[in-house]
Amino acid sequence: MSRVVVDVMLKPEILDPQGQAVANALPRLGVSSVASVRIGRRIEIEFDGEPDLDTAREIADKLLANPVIEDFSISVEEPAVEAA
Amino acid sequence: MRIGVVTFPGSLDDGDAARAAGLAGAEPVRLWHGDPELHGVDAVILPGGFSYGDALRCGAIARFAPVMESVADAARGGLPVLGICNGFQILCEAHLLPGALTRNQHLHFRNRDQHLRVDATGTAWTNEFTAGQEILIPVKNGEGCFVADARTLDELEAEGRIVARYINGNPNGSQRDIAAITNEAGNVVGIMPHPEHAVEALTGPSLDGLGFFTSVLRHLAGAAGGQLTGGAHR
Repeated sequence: MSRVVVDVMLKPEILDPQGQAVANALPRLGVSSVASVRIGRRIEIEFDGEPDLDTAREIADKLLANPVIEDFSISVEEPAVEAA
Repeated sequence: MRIGVVTFPGSLDDGDAARAAGLAGAEPVRLWHGDPELHGVDAVILPGGFSYGDALRCGAIARFAPVMESVADAARGGLPVLGICNGFQILCEAHLLPGALTRNQHLHFRNRDQHLRVDATGTAWTNEFTAGQEILIPVKNGEGCFVADARTLDELEAEGRIVARYINGNPNGSQRDIAAITNEAGNVVGIMPHPEHAVEALTGPSLDGLGFFTSVLRHLAGAAGGQLTGGAHR
């Protein structure tokens, strides 16, 4: 098994009202040092064998992210060492 | 004329859409998301609701439903397609319409009767309106804020593809008050408010919604008579 992580974020120019709502709540926690909050989505894809980055990219581009409003990045997560 | 109405898992307004098509004088035909066959319909409505539970993004999963491949192919060939609310979201996800629909700017679900101005009357779904006509139909969405880059918005404006705009208040922060747009050919229209809920005096705020459904019948009658309207077969 191998794991590929896809991070999806709204493009910088797209308003993120959820992030703003969270940022506006921070003073209630006593936090005043945060300038802004933006919310994205992390998706973990597990492959049976070796990580297939091309397939992961296709999944991200066609389904996981909407390129009109979102950017994505892909990384391979190193597996925790377990019995071989 | 036969108007197909697709039911996805989580569709809510398929019944009302089929009823509206019937009231307009069409024969409504229920289509199923898992069946790629369009059963010879003359037009298709993608109804409102929460297809596939809005998982990932509204419309993102529905776009890959077996029926959608047929709908997309037929739409490119000129078949009139109307996406209402979730149907509009699906059309954007399927790239049959530009832009995307995002969370309402104020984060609240909005459910109210909404005034619109119909600006484009050359489409398959709006030819029974007059340019600038003001109508009142319900709006009910949580993710109805239309966004696109400035170039796309300018193109939509320049090509007269903004079909309807919100007036007397924008319910969701939609850019340039966009409530409905069309594709280049004018056969595919996406609208966020719900014309199918404004077709009977008993339940709707007006009968203004009926015009969308009678428009497509007029469009189809014109096409059948060899008089192409709305540029759908351009």
